[in-house]
Amino acid sequence: MALERDKHAAERARLTLGEGELGELYRRMVLIRRFEDKVAEMYSRGKITGFCHLYAGEEGVAVGAIYALYDKDYVVSTYREHGHCLAKGASARSVMAELFGKVTGLSRGHGGSMHLFDQTVRFMGGYAIVGGGLPLAVGLGLSCQYKEEPEVVCCFFGDGALPQGAFHESLNIASLWKLPVIFICENNFYGMGTMVQNAVSQEELYHFAESYKMPGVRVDGQDVLEVYAAVTEAATRAREGDGPSLIEAVTYRYRGHSMSDPAEYRSKREERIWQERDPIKNLRRRMMQANPGAEARLETIDREVSEVIDDAVRFADESPEPGLEELGKYVYSSEQE
Amino acid sequence: MEATYLKAINQALHEEMRRDDNVFVMGEDVGELGGAFKVTEGLLEAFGEDRVIDTPISETLIVGAGIGAAVLGMRPVLEMQFGDFISCAFDQIVNTAATLRYRHGGQASCPLVLRAPSGAGVHGALFHSQNPEAWFTRVPGLKVVAPATPYDAKGLLKSAVRDDNPVIYFEHKRLYRSIKEDLPEGDFTVPIGPAELRLEGRDLSIITYGGTLHQSLDAARIVEKEGGLKVEVLDLRTLLPLDREAILATARKTGKVLIVHEDRLTGGIGGEVAAIIAEHAFDYLDGPIRRVCALDAHTAFSPPLEEYILPNTNKIVEAIRELAAY
Ligand SMILES: Cc1ncc(C[n+]2csc(CCOP(=O)(O)OP(=O)(O)O)c2C)c(N)n1
Ligand SMILES: [Mg+2]
Repeated sequence: MALERDKHAAERARLTLGEGELGELYRRMVLIRRFEDKVAEMYSRGKITGFCHLYAGEEGVAVGAIYALYDKDYVVSTYREHGHCLAKGASARSVMAELFGKVTGLSRGHGGSMHLFDQTVRFMGGYAIVGGGLPLAVGLGLSCQYKEEPEVVCCFFGDGALPQGAFHESLNIASLWKLPVIFICENNFYGMGTMVQNAVSQEELYHFAESYKMPGVRVDGQDVLEVYAAVTEAATRAREGDGPSLIEAVTYRYRGHSMSDPAEYRSKREERIWQERDPIKNLRRRMMQANPGAEARLETIDREVSEVIDDAVRFADESPEPGLEELGKYVYSSEQE
Repeated sequence: MEATYLKAINQALHEEMRRDDNVFVMGEDVGELGGAFKVTEGLLEAFGEDRVIDTPISETLIVGAGIGAAVLGMRPVLEMQFGDFISCAFDQIVNTAATLRYRHGGQASCPLVLRAPSGAGVHGALFHSQNPEAWFTRVPGLKVVAPATPYDAKGLLKSAVRDDNPVIYFEHKRLYRSIKEDLPEGDFTVPIGPAELRLEGRDLSIITYGGTLHQSLDAARIVEKEGGLKVEVLDLRTLLPLDREAILATARKTGKVLIVHEDRLTGGIGGEVAAIIAEHAFDYLDGPIRRVCALDAHTAFSPPLEEYILPNTNKIVEAIRELAAY
C-alpha cells in the first residue's frame, strides 16, 4: 500500500496556499534556524550546558507538518525538539529560558533542552529515550478516539528509532485500532554516527508501512510544501477515522548529533550538497519566482525574527534560576498546588 | 603507566579481547565512533568488526542477543550508551539473564558483562544522569560492581569478563577523565566481592562507592586537618554481593557510620548497608547510622538545583561533624 512519491503535491500545495501563508511557513523556518544558531552561540559561551541537539537543516519537516495541523492537534517529538516546539507555537522566550535552565522556561528549568513540553500549545513533549515518544503518541490517539474528539496526533522520530521495539509495538496497534496518529520519521541518514543502512534492514523506511497495513510515503523534507501536502492528506485520513499513516521525510541535520559531536563520520562534500538543498532557500526561491516583489516582505520577516531571537536571549539571560523550594513541587500531583 | 579511569577501562577491554577470542564488544556506536564517551576507542582497529559490533538503538536486543551468545560460551561485553537506557533492557536483565542458570537447573550459564556509564554532575538532566544500580542489587543471579579508581576499573572489568555470571558494571561518567592513577604493567585483576579500605581511621567510618568515594576522601582530609578527626573510608566496589565482613569490621571499629552514595536516599544501597550493621553490629554503635545521598528527587536540569540534589564534599563534611559530635 506504499504510495509512490507524489511529485506534484508540492506544486499543488503552493497553488492552494496564498503568499501570506507561504510567508508564514518561511517565518517559522527562519525562526527555528536563527534560534538554533543562537543556541549554538550561547552554548559556546557557556550560557547553555548539558546535552543539546540542534535542528538546523531539518526545518522543512517540522514546519511543513505542523502547518498542516490545527492548533488543537497534538505533537510528540524527540530530544531534537526545539524546532517542533517552536513550530507548534511555543514562545521563543520560554524555550530559550528552558535551555538556560531558568524558572521562566517551559518546564521551569527542570527539564532543559531534551524535555520541552508546552501543554498550552499541545506540544506534548520531547522524549530523550529513543523510541520513547511513539507509544505515548498512540495513547494520545487512543484518548482522542475514546472521547470522540476530532484531534490528531503527529509523532516525530528519527531513523534511529526504527530498530527499537517500541516502533513495532506502536505502529502495529495504531493501525489495528485505527488511531488518529501520523508517524513522521525524520530520516537524516544518521543516528549519531551510525548510518541508516547499517541500522535498519529496509532502508527505504516508508516501506515499513506495508506490513502494518497503513499508507506509507517518502517525501523530500527539504521541501516544506511537499511535507505540508503529505501531512495534510494523512491528517484528513486520521480525522475521518481511517487510521494512521507513516511519512518518511528525507532530511539532513547540518550540525553534529549534539553540541559535542564534530561529525567526523561524514564528508564535507556531503554536507555541502545538502546545504545547497536548504529548505529555507528553497521556499524563498519559489516565492521569488512566483512574485519577485516578495523580497521586501521576506526581508522584513528576517528582521522581525532576529528581534524575536534577541529578545528571547535577553529574556532568558535576565530571568532568575528556579529556587530550591521548587524541587519537590512537581514530583506528585496534588490538589493543593 | 599513568592512566585515566576511561583509559583503564579501555585497556581492560583490549587485554581481555587479546586474551580470549570469545570476548566481543557490542553496543551503539562502539565501533567506528569508539563509543559516545570514547571508551571503546581503538577496539575496532585492533579486533575488527566481527568482534566489535555496532548495533542500532535496540537495548533489548543488545542484552538479549548477548545472553544468547553467552549461553553458547561467548563472553559478550555489552554497552548501554548511558546507564539510564538500561531500563529499556530491564526484562532481559532481570528476567532472562539473572535467572538463566537457576531456571535450567545449572545446565547453562550466562557469562556476560553489561557496562553502564552512570552518574550525574554533567547537566544531563533526567534521562542522562541516573544511578540505576539499586534496581539490580536485589536480583539474585546478577553481580553488580561500581569501581571508583582506574586500578579498580581495570581490575574489576577483567574479573567481570572472566566471571561465569552476568555482571553489571557501573562506570561513573564524571570520573572518566577527572582521575588518573599509575597502573602496574601486565595482567592484574580485582576480585568481585571484597571492599577496599581507602583510608584508615578510628573515630568514624564512611562507607561509599563510585563517584562519591573521592568526595568522601576529600571530606575526611578536611576534617582531619581542622580538628584531628580520623575518618575511615571503606569503598564497597562490589554492590552485589556486598562485603558484609568489611562493612561490619569498620562499623565495629569506629562505632559511627556515615553512608554516602550518589544514588537517591530511599531504596538506595545505603539502606541495606545500614540494615546489615543494625542487625549484626548494634552493640558496637555509638551513634545513629547516617546517610548522605542524592535527595529523593529527579535530577533537575537547572545547574543550581542539580547541585542541591547531589551529595558533595561540603555535605559530607557537615555530616561527619554532626555525627562525630553525637
Ligand atoms: C533508548 C536510547 N538509546 C540510546 C540513546 C542515545 N541516543 C540519543 S540520540 C541517538 C541517535 C538517534 O538517532 P535518530 O533517531 O536518527 O535521530 P537524530 O538524532 O538523527 O535526529 C542515540 C543513540 C537514547 N537517547 N535512548
Ligand atoms: Mg537520524
